[in-house]
Amino acid sequence: MSEAVADHTGVAEPAGRPGVAFDFSRDKQVFPVPWGKAMMWIFLLSDTFIFSCFLVSYMKVRIATTDPWPSTAEVFSLTIYGHSIPLVLIAIMTFILITSSGTMAMAVNMGYRKDRKKTFWLMVATAALGASFVGMQAFEWTKLIVDHGVRPWGNPMGAAQFGSTFFMITGFHGMHVSAGVIYLLVIAFRVKNGFYERRGGNYEIVEITGLYWHFVDLVWVFIFAFFYLW
Amino acid sequence: MASAEGQQHPLAIYFWIWGLLFVLSFCSYMVDYLNLQGNLRWGLILLFMFLKAGFIVAIFMHMKWERLSLKFAIMGPPVAILVLISLMALEGHYVQDNRIDNYGESTFEPQELPHH
Repeated sequence: MSEAVADHTGVAEPAGRPGVAFDFSRDKQVFPVPWGKAMMWIFLLSDTFIFSCFLVSYMKVRIATTDPWPSTAEVFSLTIYGHSIPLVLIAIMTFILITSSGTMAMAVNMGYRKDRKKTFWLMVATAALGASFVGMQAFEWTKLIVDHGVRPWGNPMGAAQFGSTFFMITGFHGMHVSAGVIYLLVIAFRVKNGFYERRGGNYEIVEITGLYWHFVDLVWVFIFAFFYLW
Repeated sequence: MASAEGQQHPLAIYFWIWGLLFVLSFCSYMVDYLNLQGNLRWGLILLFMFLKAGFIVAIFMHMKWERLSLKFAIMGPPVAILVLISLMALEGHYVQDNRIDNYGESTFEPQELPHH
């Protein structure tokens, strides 16, 4: 990033701040990345705004309600061998998502090394971890609905807004994880059967898929902090 | 320029960040487990959250190695959310004050959680 580098036209691209003016004014493609990657970033930017709207509305209704807010440490605790451990399932889900982010980062790296077999298996591992995350979320929802009587319009522990914001935010995030699992599997099998080999052997797509997956993990970081730890 | 021929970096940096994310997640879980309260709780939760988010975006999503024009285009717009957060916090407190003035304090009786 420190020195100027020549692009394929032979024009030197200045680095740093002069590079910003250069990129935006050079009368051609602004971002020197594959178009799929630029579009994925822009999609993720729009998704950032959607999740921000959800989290900000959660903050607003939580401030505005006069009813007590249910204690997440108690609501999301699990009793294991007679001990009630707060947030244990959420902690396990967090670790699973981070593990899957790591395997995804490895898959991207192996993709650029054109190691198709390792890329495939790492992507399948990522998808499997993602699927187990969704499974645990289904367990958590069931526990909340059946055992604790939480509904989108009310619950016995406190403010009614707890249920509506919980189901909306974690539901939308879970939907993103589920879509990511399908996306990962589609790309993984295309890597395996040589789809990209027939298109010039470019594995940038693995990185683009990775961007989506890391974003899902990123959103969970914020949900974990604001919804579960607050 | 790394992005010209794809983002290829040594594996070691991913393992380091991976480990660091585990440590940071464990730390934020401990904040709740040790039942820290007040400003300390908030400072630590936000610190660990931003560190985790920063490492994911910078290293795993390779933002660190992208050109500054892409960094600005993607990281700039979310700053506007800070305005939305401040406006909605003000609005929230205003609505709560109105509710207390007009309907009085909450009469909600929380029920004990069922223990299994």
